[in-house]
Amino acid sequence: MNLSRGARLALRLALALGLVVIYVPLAIVLLNSFNADRTFAWPPTGFTTRWWSAAWGSSGVRDALWTSVKAGAGATAIALVLGTMAAFAVQRHRFFGRDTVSLLIVLPIALPGIVTGIALNNAFRTILEPFGVGLGLFTVIVGHATFCVVTVHNNVLARLRRTGRNAEEASADLGADPFTTFRLVTFPMMRSALLASGLLAFALSFDEIIVTTFTAGAGVRTLPIWIFENLFRPNQAPVVNVVAAALIVLSVVPIYLAQRLSGTTSTH
Amino acid sequence: MFFSMPDQSVAVRLRGLRKSFGPVEAVAGVDLEIADGEFFAMLGPSGSGKTTVLRMIAGFESPTAGSVELGGRDVTRLAPFERDVNTVFQDYALFPHMSVLDNVEYGLRVKKVGRAERRERATAALRSVRLEGFERRGPAQLSGGQRQRVALARALVNRPRVLLLDEPLGALDLKLREEMQVELKELQREVGITFLFVTHDQEEALTMSDRIAVFDRGRIEQVGTPAEVYERPSTPFVAGFVGTSNLISGEAAKAVLGRDGTFSVRPEKLRLALDADAPVGADEHGAIGTVAEVVYAGAATRFVVDLDAGGRLMVLQQNRDVSSMEVTELRGARVRLVWNRRHEFAIVP
Repeated sequence: MNLSRGARLALRLALALGLVVIYVPLAIVLLNSFNADRTFAWPPTGFTTRWWSAAWGSSGVRDALWTSVKAGAGATAIALVLGTMAAFAVQRHRFFGRDTVSLLIVLPIALPGIVTGIALNNAFRTILEPFGVGLGLFTVIVGHATFCVVTVHNNVLARLRRTGRNAEEASADLGADPFTTFRLVTFPMMRSALLASGLLAFALSFDEIIVTTFTAGAGVRTLPIWIFENLFRPNQAPVVNVVAAALIVLSVVPIYLAQRLSGTTSTH
Repeated sequence: MFFSMPDQSVAVRLRGLRKSFGPVEAVAGVDLEIADGEFFAMLGPSGSGKTTVLRMIAGFESPTAGSVELGGRDVTRLAPFERDVNTVFQDYALFPHMSVLDNVEYGLRVKKVGRAERRERATAALRSVRLEGFERRGPAQLSGGQRQRVALARALVNRPRVLLLDEPLGALDLKLREEMQVELKELQREVGITFLFVTHDQEEALTMSDRIAVFDRGRIEQVGTPAEVYERPSTPFVAGFVGTSNLISGEAAKAVLGRDGTFSVRPEKLRLALDADAPVGADEHGAIGTVAEVVYAGAATRFVVDLDAGGRLMVLQQNRDVSSMEVTELRGARVRLVWNRRHEFAIVP
């Protein structure tokens, strides 16, 4: 599209402004995590790694981090299995109510987290508690899996649509039984989509707070929950800032990898 | 297999083959025998059922009725990987995550052929399609023509009983297509494998195959050698689909040929005489008309002639002694078309 010089300039400015609004606050969080002044006076008076070592030394932070990793890994594992199976079912087979099933799988990502949270909380307490399963890490994992499944499902579905069945037919034609075809053709062609959606699902779970609030029992504290609890304690502020900075880095890496993975495979 | 002697000389036998997709009958009863070593074409417009027949032979679709035999053995109920056929797909369907060599070795690998033999046979197959030196490339780094050759090598390396080719040249440009037509033909003679290919291109079918089956609406209209199908089409559909039909019927047939019915003469069999009173030989027929259109095409010119008796005929003439300037001036000229009687044939409507 050809635009006038003025229009091009205006669009570039708008883009720059948008990016500034999004990324400057994040940059300030990162900078402040090295700010020597406890009250975050601006401009920073000095550089320190004191808050980082304080955060590392805090058992509350370390426990929360470990809980978050376990929750993310669990939810991602469930999502990978169920999401992939659902995508194959929806894309490869015709069955009664297929479109409805497809919609129902995708819906949780559009539902407000607070609604999902309350609903799951009610369900867990009325159904699971009589069996002696209380709210805890397990219920957090199930809660996160409800929306992680969607990302895996969508990614795998898009890949299946793009690759079609041709390669699988070629494999069968060349003498491979269905299991060999899956091992040598279907799975390798899906691999980057699975990895990308797994990373996305993990990132989604890692910073989730609303559903977590309603599905975690009293003893379970994920990293976002720990931040929320300590946010208003003035003497914890620098440590909270460090945790936030660490979260930024930890979330950017999987998203970046996921994008590179889906980017490189789409050029095939 | 113990109870009947399988007929080894028939590579493919189809009996009463039918396939319906819901209410649509894509294949409506096909019987066909293809001999060992034949280069056989299934020709027809899109939707005529030819690709569905190919897919039923490969095993990707199961017939609604009828049977498929390969080398005398009934394979109707067998899965694709249990059949001794290989396919060159229309879009080649190369494995994008494997190198050219791995693609070609695939069939041998899943049949547990040893690594050394695998390598040797794959290399030989790549050599036979003139792709040595491309072993390590990925399919994405190849041109359309090269991908097509990899697909050929990948299928042929398994030495199948029958090689199925689904519109093998459809995705190539004209120049490359003409080259590949010759190459495919040579390759088939070399390997001696039965080639069964699907095409909608009548010229491709005429130039490459030993025999042609012309498909229309799920049925075979005619089976024969290229010359038989072209010179003696048995139905109006075949006459129209393979070449230009040039029909003379009704009053015109009575006036020009002195007979009732529908007749066809191929455009290149007609001689264009610039003199409306040109003599007509004893074994010839003639018709007077006016040149309505002249299409100059370099080596030849097509004339559209409106007959005085009714109807219009297409004439194809080599530009042996004339130039474009001279032929285009013929528009509106009174001419006489003359042809040998043995080139006109009756069409069963």
